[in-house]
Amino acid sequence: MALFSGLSDRINHVFSKLKSRGSLTELEIKQAMREVRVALLEADVNVGVAKDFIKNVTEKAVGEEVLKGLNPAQQVIKIVNEELTELMGSSQSKLAVASKPPTVIMMCGLQGAGKTTMCGKLGLYLKKQGKKPLLVACDIYRPAAIKQLEIVSGKAGVGFFEMGQQDPAKTAKEAVAYANKNGFDTIIIDTAGRLHINEELMDELRRVKASVDVAEILLTVDSMTGQDAVTVAQAFDKALDITGVIMTKLDGDTRGGATLSIKAVTGKPIKFCGTGEKMEDIEVFHPDRMAGRILGMGDVLSLIDKAQQAVSQEEAAKFAKKLKEQSFDLNDYLAQFENLKKMGDIKDIVGMLPGAGKMKISEKDIDEKEIARFKAIIQSMTPKERADCRILNYTRKKRIAAGSGTSVQDVNKLVKQFEQTKELMKRFGKSGKKGMKLPF
Amino acid sequence: MGFFRKIIDGLKKTQQNIGFKLKQLFKVGVFDDDFFDDLETLLLSGDVGAAATMEIVDRLRDRLEETKITDPDRAMSELKGILVDMLEAEPFAAMPPAVVMVVGVNGVGKTTTIGKLAARFKKEGKSVVIAAADTFRAAAGEQLEVWAERAGVRIIKHQEGSDPAAVVYDAISSAKSRKTDIVLIDTAGRLHNKVNLMEELKKINRVITREYPEADKKNLLVLDATTGQNALSQVELFNEAVDVDSVALTKLDGTAKGGVVIAIKENFDIPVGFIGVGEGIEDLMPFDAESFVEGIL
Repeated sequence: MALFSGLSDRINHVFSKLKSRGSLTELEIKQAMREVRVALLEADVNVGVAKDFIKNVTEKAVGEEVLKGLNPAQQVIKIVNEELTELMGSSQSKLAVASKPPTVIMMCGLQGAGKTTMCGKLGLYLKKQGKKPLLVACDIYRPAAIKQLEIVSGKAGVGFFEMGQQDPAKTAKEAVAYANKNGFDTIIIDTAGRLHINEELMDELRRVKASVDVAEILLTVDSMTGQDAVTVAQAFDKALDITGVIMTKLDGDTRGGATLSIKAVTGKPIKFCGTGEKMEDIEVFHPDRMAGRILGMGDVLSLIDKAQQAVSQEEAAKFAKKLKEQSFDLNDYLAQFENLKKMGDIKDIVGMLPGAGKMKISEKDIDEKEIARFKAIIQSMTPKERADCRILNYTRKKRIAAGSGTSVQDVNKLVKQFEQTKELMKRFGKSGKKGMKLPF
Repeated sequence: MGFFRKIIDGLKKTQQNIGFKLKQLFKVGVFDDDFFDDLETLLLSGDVGAAATMEIVDRLRDRLEETKITDPDRAMSELKGILVDMLEAEPFAAMPPAVVMVVGVNGVGKTTTIGKLAARFKKEGKSVVIAAADTFRAAAGEQLEVWAERAGVRIIKHQEGSDPAAVVYDAISSAKSRKTDIVLIDTAGRLHNKVNLMEELKKINRVITREYPEADKKNLLVLDATTGQNALSQVELFNEAVDVDSVALTKLDGTAKGGVVIAIKENFDIPVGFIGVGEGIEDLMPFDAESFVEGIL
């Protein structure tokens, strides 16, 4: 449902009314920020967090120069996106390891956040890293929760430990002894889902924490959570001093504003995300992706892309000019290789050559391995050689081949292709023949 | 980190503002921009969402201007009136023979809701059979069995991984031959943007329509009250797949307000039928707009 019409459209609209260039004025920022605020709220960022965020970014943005290639709206989004990414922290998936095994990881969270499934995913993740994890069933309330964890541990191929409905603190303690005896180096404790305002159950978690030496306490949060995320995270953090957060169900279409809220109020790192139904569906948290998603994903990303394109078009224009003037040398060729992954660049360049607009180049025309080889070859050349490849004699070629781990034939091939490209470019510059394939 | 500190302090303030709550807000008796700003924050904090919040604030602003009300109590009842109007609907009813299919994303409390619903219908003197059509989640069937036992109703269960539609087929046959009043179907939790899983729901839906055309068919979407604006997307996509008749809003015993149901009613005209307020088998209640509104504010 399009309750939320693209943020970039709305911000563009704000700026279309205010035709200013140069630096961003306070009025412009304020108007744009109103739209950003709505976007954040629609993404379920906490209303208080959104307010503070907006205030902070507004202060930063006023007077900021509008970068070349960007319009003011794009500049604002760029700032917002950067601030959002920064606020969300870095990729911090490292889990603490206890000096004396086993390392105990304790999971906690509300009902239905996805703790039990996440225990299995985390178990498999650690197993792949060479650990030997043991899942411990401490949810003694939900019907069949222990059974579910047992099945999950089977699917993940990791150990499983349960002591029925007895006191979870006692079970945790016994699990450590069991792990030591049976060679498990990591313990993942599944606890019952509980409301953060249920003092009795929160106290139970405190007792589990006190009963064993806990290295990590991870709060599992449903990424679809709304305004309440802040209250919940604060309550769990206050009671247990959590060490990190795991966001689940990110394979849905939620914008995931809760992520930002939680990070903002607890300051604890978001470590992992659950991204699917299978045991392998666990990912390290990427703050940049999350920022784009909260702002309205594709919408903003494409905008930033466009902005970057605008910059690279400028570069491309410079390049095209060089081609026309025929001062194109191996250094430029190398620079082009560096950019080759972004297909847009070549298309841009070709597009700027008269008559070459309709040429079709697809990803398939580019052999990644060959490009890597060519890059190595050029990088093994002296500046003089790069500027003028006509000086390449057999001795030089042999040296270059040895330096780049290729053969003289490869060097010859590169030189030939470079000459062809240059020739082709020259012809494009003059007549604009169609349908020719670029020999990259 | 200075910035975090600031946010936390800011939040405390916000929370205190909300702590003031409506009464204090209205008590001043001055309905200026500050007042509407505070009201907006209050509604947003209850997950009412930006669009619906603006709508409510605008409506109240108009009403107050129109009626020239300055008395705080009367102004407050105007606001409540607006919200109740937006939410009020016929109570949920399933006339035997009936099939109630319970759907929703993972972890909202479908299985628990089924258990409570079964107990409620039983108490009303109706006979119930539960179809354990969540054949996907590990131990879902076992969990449901416990609930069926607590409620004292029958359950039809196949093996984990079997075809959910087949479970439903069996439950319907059983209900027909034993003249059971209500078939309650538990389905696997699924994120609403998973096309294949939504197709599976459609298939179950077709089986019900084909095998039991005389039954009063109701589809109940379970929503977690802690869910934010994504609930709108959930309703939209589940409704597209199977026509949602009513919403059960669970986990209202926490601190979440579930204000998103206002936007749901406004946008899709789908009412809330039940609210879940605890883990006990009795903790499922018919929705009452007035007390719900009191809760949000």
